[in-house]
Amino acid sequence: MGDAFGLAFQLVLSGDADLLEIVLLSLRVSLTATGLACLIGLPIGALVATGHFRGRNAVLIVMNSLMGLPPVVVGLLVYLHLSRSGPLGFLGLLYTPTAMILAQTILIAPIVAALSRQVLEDLHAEYAEQFRSLCLTKLQTVQALLWDARYSLLTVGLAGFGRAVAEVGAVIIVGGNIDHLTRVMTTAIALETSKGDLALALALGIILLVIALGVNAAVQSVRMTAAKQAYV
Amino acid sequence: MSDVPATLYQAVALRAQVAPILPLAVRDLVLRFGEEVVLDGVSFDLGATGCTMIMGPNGSGKSLLLKLLHGLMQPSAGRVDWGGHAANTVTDRQALVFQKPVLLRRSVAANIDFVLKARRKDAGRRDALLDHVGLSHKASQPARLLSGGEAQRLALARALATDPEVLFLDEPTASLDPASVLAIEAIVGDARNRGVRIVFVTHDTGQARRLADDVLFLQRGSIAEHTRAADFFPEPQSQAARDYLNGRIVV
Repeated sequence: MGDAFGLAFQLVLSGDADLLEIVLLSLRVSLTATGLACLIGLPIGALVATGHFRGRNAVLIVMNSLMGLPPVVVGLLVYLHLSRSGPLGFLGLLYTPTAMILAQTILIAPIVAALSRQVLEDLHAEYAEQFRSLCLTKLQTVQALLWDARYSLLTVGLAGFGRAVAEVGAVIIVGGNIDHLTRVMTTAIALETSKGDLALALALGIILLVIALGVNAAVQSVRMTAAKQAYV
Repeated sequence: MSDVPATLYQAVALRAQVAPILPLAVRDLVLRFGEEVVLDGVSFDLGATGCTMIMGPNGSGKSLLLKLLHGLMQPSAGRVDWGGHAANTVTDRQALVFQKPVLLRRSVAANIDFVLKARRKDAGRRDALLDHVGLSHKASQPARLLSGGEAQRLALARALATDPEVLFLDEPTASLDPASVLAIEAIVGDARNRGVRIVFVTHDTGQARRLADDVLFLQRGSIAEHTRAADFFPEPQSQAARDYLNGRIVV
């Protein structure tokens, strides 16, 4: 165990090329998925937060339930669609980073939608009467809410990124954990652990934790700065 | 605070001439919440100019009446007739300043910019508006860190940015210090003198004496009296208004 930790730190400090490649691919896949999930989830969250329509409660239940989507189920569904015999098989995306981005986007878009809905609904309760008095359109209302809740929504995005970067079930099914192509931190950790190469697995685990801490610290710092200006 | 450029109110005068929404006729207005009747058969007329102060004890329906006039609520019965228009179709020709200003989580200037952009007004008016309410020096500061008086002046500037023909104010000076009260009153008085119709809810009889052209006194959801300010203060007609002005407890 101690040797494994020693080797792990050596790998991290030496800037091992394979390790760097895995880390960069992980970040590319998860950050892209987070961006796409925000593009999809934030408008949905805003529309549900500000809307009054029949079946709204049912939509809320579905949105909240989808937050707990099992990654392997998402991976399986994306696999079935992207496999050669699937409806999107002609795109040839299976076992590519694009397939992994797609799976992670599906996994975290509901998280972004459900959490942003709550944030925006609270803000809307504060602004609604003023906005009606100003005769804002629905679009203007949604735009204003998204902008004014930007610092709170950073935390929502962070929750999505955290889920994406830490999951293994979906990306291993649609990515295949192919060396130099679709191997990301979580799939590499699973593989190296099963092979008994604990040093590489631990090194990746350490990096994963450092990234999680770093991103959280950055977001917290931005939020604290915003809070000082009463923008949160 | 500076004198406001005449151009700031030009749009108001133009629109009022083309398709006036005043005078206002309110007829048999009723508002119910379930079994509770909170406004009961309220009828009155408001002329095209001046400042009407709505007074009365807490719970008499003053703020609800403002929201009904502004089209933010629908009456259970009765009619609000703005020059032949229904209340909710002329909301964009009016503005409401709330008792507790709701300011966006942005800078002071951005709060004005937001309204000017949303309502497609001339973006160049921002500086004049801020100057008018004495907030030019705070333009880049976060709006939600303003003092109570400054926040209310910003809310007032934001309301004026919409070129309202009618300006509703719902106890805008409650819990403000005297200097802030006078600053708000000066801006409101200036707007009235430039043709904006003012409808102002207040508990402050001194303020009502300073600003009112007429007083509408509500009690338990009904109009106890609606008279010229010059008559109301020396000789209120209703017992409720007499008691109120004499400092007796009115419920």
